[in-house]
Amino acid sequence: MKARVFVTLKPSVFDPQGNTITEALHQMGYSGVEDVRQGKYFELTLPGKSEDEARALASEVAHRLLANPVIESYRIEVGE
Amino acid sequence: MKFAIVVFPGSNCDHDAYHAVTDVLGRQAELVWHKDTDLRGADVVILPGGFAHGDYLRTGAIARFSPIMEAVTRFAEAGNPVIGICNGFQILLEAGLLPGAMLRNTGNKYRCEYVHVRVEQTDTPFTGLCSPGQVLKIPIAHGEGNYYADPETLAALEANRQVIFRYVRPDGTRAPDANPNGSANDIAGICNAARNVVGLMPHPERACESPLGSEDGRIVLQSVVEALTTHGR
Repeated sequence: MKARVFVTLKPSVFDPQGNTITEALHQMGYSGVEDVRQGKYFELTLPGKSEDEARALASEVAHRLLANPVIESYRIEVGE
Repeated sequence: MKFAIVVFPGSNCDHDAYHAVTDVLGRQAELVWHKDTDLRGADVVILPGGFAHGDYLRTGAIARFSPIMEAVTRFAEAGNPVIGICNGFQILLEAGLLPGAMLRNTGNKYRCEYVHVRVEQTDTPFTGLCSPGQVLKIPIAHGEGNYYADPETLAALEANRQVIFRYVRPDGTRAPDANPNGSANDIAGICNAARNVVGLMPHPERACESPLGSEDGRIVLQSVVEALTTHGR
């Protein structure tokens, strides 16, 4: 089983890197891109786990290590 | 009296701290590897600056799980003085020994320069010799020193007088151009509720001798020596 963890800064937290990327895109002419938020993506390999177990384990490590709950939130997808 | 200076893979101010404690202050210090599990009877702990574990994932995120951090946490919770400088501050935040988190500097720029910080509170082991409002010229060197805490936490920090150092102009006044990284409330350093754990982004250990540009940082380390001496250690 694989778990995919997407970590992003909370909406209330300013993202200087995302902001710089947005500005670069505007400079390149992509005025249709209103905003960019940069995040992190993790792929966890979890052999022998059911979907529920994989989700529970991924949530635990996301909460304890992959994301800092003070500034970040995360979303998890589970599948093969 | 003994200082323990924790060395993580990627620490690079451990020897600056060691030099400041031993050669400048004439005190005993021991470098303690992050995989060690005890602090060798130290009376004060320094988590030094650098890039522990290459700043992978987030600054301080991996280091906080180093074996030595359990001993540091017990040491801190027993009320003993702990100071985290720069990366050490980031580790204390990740470890939950201090509230809040660090974000990338607002200008996306790594800032390496002298700044001025105002001592906001003198009732911590690391500011006891300072006068209230004293301005210290100390260098910074960081890319992620933009202190963040949610509005409730910030309000509590201010109400409990846990903001210990604030970025200011040389004359001691606050101004947006004196804040090098976008930190909330111009925060350069804070302490925990019990006031024995202090974290700050500027490097007092690099400003202990005038030939190096400033000796304003010495009072931070001298303060903890004084605090411990008063307690007979």
